[in-house]
Amino acid sequence: MKKMLKFVVILMICVFANGCATAPKGFLKLPDNYLEKRQLEMRIYDTKDENKIISAVAGVLQDLSFTLDESETELGLVGASKKADASNAGQKTLAFLADIASAMSGTSSNNLGNCDDVQLVKAAVITKPTLKKNKTAVRVTFQRVVWNVNKQISKVETLNDPEIYKKFFDSLSKAIFLEANEI
Amino acid sequence: MKKLKGSYLICFILLLVLCGCATSGNKAFQTNESQVALRSMQTRAFDSTDKKLMMQTVISTLQDLDFVVEKADLILGSVTGAKYLGNAVVAMTVTVRPRGEKQLLVRTNAQIGITSVEDPETYQDFFTALGKSLFLTAHNVD
Repeated sequence: MKKMLKFVVILMICVFANGCATAPKGFLKLPDNYLEKRQLEMRIYDTKDENKIISAVAGVLQDLSFTLDESETELGLVGASKKADASNAGQKTLAFLADIASAMSGTSSNNLGNCDDVQLVKAAVITKPTLKKNKTAVRVTFQRVVWNVNKQISKVETLNDPEIYKKFFDSLSKAIFLEANEI
Repeated sequence: MKKLKGSYLICFILLLVLCGCATSGNKAFQTNESQVALRSMQTRAFDSTDKKLMMQTVISTLQDLDFVVEKADLILGSVTGAKYLGNAVVAMTVTVRPRGEKQLLVRTNAQIGITSVEDPETYQDFFTALGKSLFLTAHNVD
């Protein structure tokens, strides 16, 4: 009888805890490293001509084979996205070997189905005048969603690889130069 | 016996009818907080009249918070962005509109996955971050 009571109490606690499941907190707190992130994602160009910069941005996104989804030139926003291959030969080989191993041991597994397959990369570029209004700041942020071979979402993340940002800004500098010289 | 069978049938039909009435459409319009409480936690007033600057600051704050801005409209004063939290998507809309001659109202609402955020602290975090970028104080709105 006592055991039964204990069980009921635990069950009740479980039910209550379930009802209390709320959204996580603190996700809108400014992270400590936000100034570092600004440095990574932002460059300042020595021109007041925001329109020139924003059309160069659109050009660079096209160079990187993004399609433009959204733009509001008054605010200096360009949103773009791109689908790309996300498969990784190393990951696939390992998964294939693991599948063979489990087949040999008589169990079924589908590691290959969990391998990354396709990714959608989203980019948002913002241009705005600096505080002194004599230069233009450009800031870009990238996110990606990765689907596995079974078409399930396997990963969602903000891209923080400095290489990606460096490549973007290198292309932008080049595009500004090209457009200034009408090439 | 016949009577009993009849009442079973009626009960069964009633049950079916009741089941048919329950749609999940109205679930989308349910909120836990009152309209007034929601507005007061989601809205702040700032002593500024520069809507464009305010919107640009909102955008940089969203970027500081790891959001990718998806849409913006200067006339409507709206900015929409999304960020990933583990495997959930946080979607957020911020609107900026004038309040009287000297102030701007900033209102924001956030959603995680399929849950609307109705927690005052979370919104306060956002306005603290926004205030830091603006060098302005956020006033509570009644």
